[in-house]
Amino acid sequence: MCIKENIQKVIDEFLFIESWEERYEYLIFLGKKLPKRSKNLRTNNNIIIGCQSKVWLRAYIKFNKIFFHADSDALVPKGIAALMLRIYSGQFPYEIIHNTPLFIEKIGFSSFLTSNRANGIEAMFRAIKKYAIYFQ
Amino acid sequence: MLSPAEILELRKDFPIFYQSIYNKPCIYLDNASTTQKPLRVMRSIDTYYRTFNANVHRGIHYISQLATKAIEESRESICRFINASNIEEIIFTKGTTESINLLAASMNSFVDYGDEIILSEFEHHSNIVPWQLLSNRKKLHIRAIPIDENSCLNLQSFENLLNYRTKLVAINHISNIFGVVNPIKKIIEMAHSKGVWVFIDGAQGAGHTKIDVRELNVDFYAFSAHKMYGPNGIGVLYGKKKLLEKFFPWQGGGEMIKEVSYERTLYAKLPYKLEAGSPNISGIIAWNSALKFLEEIGIERIQKYEKYCITEVSKELKQNPNLLFYAKDAPRSAIIALNLLGIHSFDVGCILDRMGIFVRTGHHCVQPLIHALDEIGIVRASFAVYNTLDEAEQFCSAIIKAYKILS
Repeated sequence: MCIKENIQKVIDEFLFIESWEERYEYLIFLGKKLPKRSKNLRTNNNIIIGCQSKVWLRAYIKFNKIFFHADSDALVPKGIAALMLRIYSGQFPYEIIHNTPLFIEKIGFSSFLTSNRANGIEAMFRAIKKYAIYFQ
Repeated sequence: MLSPAEILELRKDFPIFYQSIYNKPCIYLDNASTTQKPLRVMRSIDTYYRTFNANVHRGIHYISQLATKAIEESRESICRFINASNIEEIIFTKGTTESINLLAASMNSFVDYGDEIILSEFEHHSNIVPWQLLSNRKKLHIRAIPIDENSCLNLQSFENLLNYRTKLVAINHISNIFGVVNPIKKIIEMAHSKGVWVFIDGAQGAGHTKIDVRELNVDFYAFSAHKMYGPNGIGVLYGKKKLLEKFFPWQGGGEMIKEVSYERTLYAKLPYKLEAGSPNISGIIAWNSALKFLEEIGIERIQKYEKYCITEVSKELKQNPNLLFYAKDAPRSAIIALNLLGIHSFDVGCILDRMGIFVRTGHHCVQPLIHALDEIGIVRASFAVYNTLDEAEQFCSAIIKAYKILS
């Protein structure tokens, strides 16, 4: 599936849930489902500098497609990372470069998109893009 | 103590609470970061720009004189508010941070290589980094008073740290992370007995507790307007006149001079000597309105009410085995610091935000202490006089709900 289809699927899933509490619970559930990574993901090389929570991200390329592994020490950023991976992992770098994660706003987490220093999520997407540019 | 009806009445003065966020009135518990502003503070900024905006101390024209008079009245109010003996002891700065930087820059002339400065483990980065900048220039040693098991400063260790090389003790009045009220009077006495100057960072003190610089006999004290219902970008460094007189100007510019030629400059007298450039006139004037707001209610009554709020919250939450309270046995001001066991403070902050409860999470600019506690962050709820007991109760329920969602 392409990025656009992935995004639509995520939006549909979240809009199906009515209360914000359950949206958060679902987001946290998705984060917890991220495959357990070995300790070598949680290294300083892979860390994305956000002010409050730590997010680790690693990427590799296979058949010209870019794949990501991610982890976080907090539940909400981990859930967002899981969404990012669902959408962007396995895509062609040039497609990632031309995308913006506006879906976050559509599913009710718009406060995560500010460039507030307390917020590592904007930094997460920038890191994904940087990998895409690097691998292109 | 202030009654619930009185709180509701004074709360009407704060326009920010008229709006709904997430379809409900917001509960603002991040007052230690900055407080909200009463209407009269906004009005005085507005009036200044509408009717007598002019530069001060220079113009002989009518509105310049009005502006000058207004800022000097503010200086007098601040002088009275902290019971200083002379308006020359009140130096306007951008805020507490700039006050500390002013002091650190000026201390350059009073320290020698190898001298020592004593801070405490409670200090905010802004009371650490300026001293590190000074110590880089002068190879000073920075010591920190440790915190004991009750989250109080260990005065015995402080006694041991004081020695003939100690040039300054710089600690906060009230800890910004735990709200612990430090025994500053005792610390000042102990330091003075060894002939050491004391600076108190009063950012969390002003607006929550009475400040009497003469009774404390403190050498320097700093605070910001924006944490005491006043505007942003304005603060004060108080210093004893006989000490400030010895200070060399730390910044050059207009306002701080008496006479300038290309060969030399004669400096103005205090307080202008230490206030280079055009000041934040609207900020200084509006601060006076904030002081009037505080004085009308009375700082002792505010202190009692805020104490009652945090006592009620502590009573309600301390039974909960899933919570970790900080400094619960220490004398505290208007702050509750806690963590939900096994849960990142960032996640708690996200959930509380969505419930319309605004707290601060993270390291609170006190990274050395957070690392010493082996934490990644802390949730801090800080109260002000306009917070109702109903809000305090809602905060408690929200914490329990957040735990349910996140555990």
